[in-house]
Amino acid sequence: MMAHTSIPGADDITRVELANGIVVLARENPNSKAVTVRGSLLAGGLLDPDDKLGLADFTASMLMRGTAQRDFQAIYDSLESIGASFGFNSGTHTTGFGGRSLAEDFGLLLQLGREALLSPVFPEAHVEKVRAQLLTGLSLRAQDTRDMASLLFDEMVYEGHPYARADEGHPHTIAPITRQDLVDFHEHNFGPRGMLIVVVGGISAAEAVEQVRAAFEDWQNPQQPAQVQLPPWQPLAQRAYRRLDIAGKSQSDLIIGTGGPLRKNPEYMAASLGNNILGRFGMMGRVGDSVREKAGLAYYAYSSLGGGLGPDPWLLEAGVNPSNEEQATDLIFKEIERFTSELVSEDELSDSQSNYIGSMPLSLESNGGVADALMSLERFGLGLDYYRKFPDEVRAVTREDVLAAAARYLKTDEMAIAVAGPPRGEVA
Amino acid sequence: MQFTQHILPNGLKVLLKEIHTAPLISHWLWVRAGSRDEGPGLSGVSHWVEHMQFKGTPMFPAGELDKTISRDGGFWNAMTYIDWTAYFETMPADKIDLALRLEADRFVNSQFDPKEVSSERTVIMSERQGSENSPMFLLDEDVQQAAFDTHPYKHEVIGYMADLETITRDDLYAHYKHFYVPSNAILAMAGDFDSAKMLARIEELYANIPAGAAPTRIASDEPAPEEERRVVTQGPGETVFVKAAYRSLRATDPDFFALSVADSLLAGPSNLNLFSGGISNKTSRLYQRLVEKDLAVGVSGGLQATIDPYLYDITITVHPNSTAEAAVAALDDEIKRLQDTAPKPEELARAVKQAKALFAYGSESITNQAFWMGFAEVFDSYAWFETYLNRLAAVTPADVQRAAQQYLRPERRVLGIYQPDGSLAEDGE
Repeated sequence: MMAHTSIPGADDITRVELANGIVVLARENPNSKAVTVRGSLLAGGLLDPDDKLGLADFTASMLMRGTAQRDFQAIYDSLESIGASFGFNSGTHTTGFGGRSLAEDFGLLLQLGREALLSPVFPEAHVEKVRAQLLTGLSLRAQDTRDMASLLFDEMVYEGHPYARADEGHPHTIAPITRQDLVDFHEHNFGPRGMLIVVVGGISAAEAVEQVRAAFEDWQNPQQPAQVQLPPWQPLAQRAYRRLDIAGKSQSDLIIGTGGPLRKNPEYMAASLGNNILGRFGMMGRVGDSVREKAGLAYYAYSSLGGGLGPDPWLLEAGVNPSNEEQATDLIFKEIERFTSELVSEDELSDSQSNYIGSMPLSLESNGGVADALMSLERFGLGLDYYRKFPDEVRAVTREDVLAAAARYLKTDEMAIAVAGPPRGEVA
Repeated sequence: MQFTQHILPNGLKVLLKEIHTAPLISHWLWVRAGSRDEGPGLSGVSHWVEHMQFKGTPMFPAGELDKTISRDGGFWNAMTYIDWTAYFETMPADKIDLALRLEADRFVNSQFDPKEVSSERTVIMSERQGSENSPMFLLDEDVQQAAFDTHPYKHEVIGYMADLETITRDDLYAHYKHFYVPSNAILAMAGDFDSAKMLARIEELYANIPAGAAPTRIASDEPAPEEERRVVTQGPGETVFVKAAYRSLRATDPDFFALSVADSLLAGPSNLNLFSGGISNKTSRLYQRLVEKDLAVGVSGGLQATIDPYLYDITITVHPNSTAEAAVAALDDEIKRLQDTAPKPEELARAVKQAKALFAYGSESITNQAFWMGFAEVFDSYAWFETYLNRLAAVTPADVQRAAQQYLRPERRVLGIYQPDGSLAEDGE
């Protein structure tokens, strides 16, 4: 096999599709004594009914609370006694899982993963414990200006679209979820079709695949529904502004943006490099330079581009004193207007291109970094040689491509402005 | 992996570790200056100086430093803690000379332009206000304040707002000139290089920097408190938090390792790595007692390696149907159990295995490896890191019991409670 110093590619990634539809990707890292595993299933918040929003998340939180084979205590005893970790989380499209252990303990991770996915028992006492934890999390969220601005932003930009919903739900949607709801959600929606498992670390790829095969290839679920298709999304007809008061806070968090391109969209790389120029490169790009460095208004001011399976947001955010909300908003809009009407400079583009190409090996340094990269390859159909071709794809982007993508997606009259902070006048 | 250390004639300590698994190098410059070096009126000055180090030198003007590193695909940042300030760049191996030149340059040539000082003042105030939005910051600050009478560990690294309003350009510059001298710094590098060549390059860059005077220190030993102190922080929200902060031990104290094992048994292993996550703590004694019994929805412990005795803290997120008092009573019971009965050897073996696994995870990252060299050197020496697992393995059940008896007594602690003041936000609208 290739030395680990190389970038992952078709010759050192093993990709196997099991008979039941599970896709396995594995890559050995001979320098590591540990193994990282990651994966996902097609069971996310999109499947939640409106009145029980958070059901997928609640279900994911319950999978390690007891299985037909082990109770909660035994599950965590086996994990923690060897310094390993394994857990589930839920997103809009998928339920994800991940863990790591010393290489010698990899078999146990898989065994626990199998038990949790195939035979969770949802013990009643744990349903209430987890419910209390989820509700506490939601009450902390209600106090978090950044989280609440983000919630408000999604409600505005994605009104009428599933992306408007908060995957973790709300207190009034978590409260009515019953144990039977969790059992049913698992029974109907968890299955091998569309499932992905990635293994990276101090284990040979062939052995990793065989262990995954032994653990999961017999799993079937005829009830598993077809993958949910996202409805089309329409941008806002006009610019919208909403502000949420949260008493007793010192700072306001401000989010401005709209929906961006899908990861698979051919314009994605141009948008991504443009986003780097707009609000990331160096100390947070042009926006950081304007809002933080020159005006001194914020500790953080940057942009981000979602780039997922749907119209994830392309947004700019900043944390500012409430008295500076308008000034920061104006500065951010000025930067967006410049970004969407003028070509970026040659230096700006070549700096960002060098940054992307140069920093890629760093992102692939740890087992976790490689595992994340392999997940993306599969999820977005990028091809096993994607990271080898990545420098060429980055270099191929022109200033005109960046401007075209910017102008197509960042229309200032389609943007939402969401702010959460102390009531105006409460803070000096 | 080849590790070597050197001291240049001007006192700069250089630690080099060759790791040839990936074409990367991580470069760290550590300065022994943190909030423990800040006197009255100057809280937050170390952190502010760290910010000013990105504001330009004649060779790398403001706005250029960060861009220069990013352009070459580097990952860089800086951080200030109670004992130290550190700057790092992890870069493709063939680009590392830029990091070397940049750090050597800003170690002595930063300009502290008054205009930049003034715009950074509001940036740092904004950073503090962002922290103030979090209930845990408010509670931490009150607990820390109550935990020390005179030691500068009593204030948060970011500093008091009143000091952020009044610290001057000259205060910042004086701090910089006083502490940023070679004998007060450590240069640590890990990665894909040849040590002899790298050392020669470092000598070339730093040789002309004068040794400077050894900085004066204001921190002095402060005895542990003799009776329990209590603070109540009021603020918005619905969730009650408890923080029990015990006067801890310096990292060089022989009992530090026994206390580490006690922490691991009580609250799960504290992860000292900076660039690698930890593991869950669901089988720890406090999780079992507090979360499994519905007194809390979460509990964590934090033991940190510091120069002077700092704080070992246990943080509890109280269950909505329970109370701070019930959670504290259960915490006290569990600590008493450890004080009354020595733990079983298998519990210790498990703590050691957990630490080994955390070390294996941390060693995947070159940045983390380089971090450890300088970090350990600040409070002791790199040998501290190298012998950590063996010293942990040498701890006996009786050591852990004794450490609990000696260091986890209520009179050594501050008990802080975050009490929601009744002001609530609506969810969503």
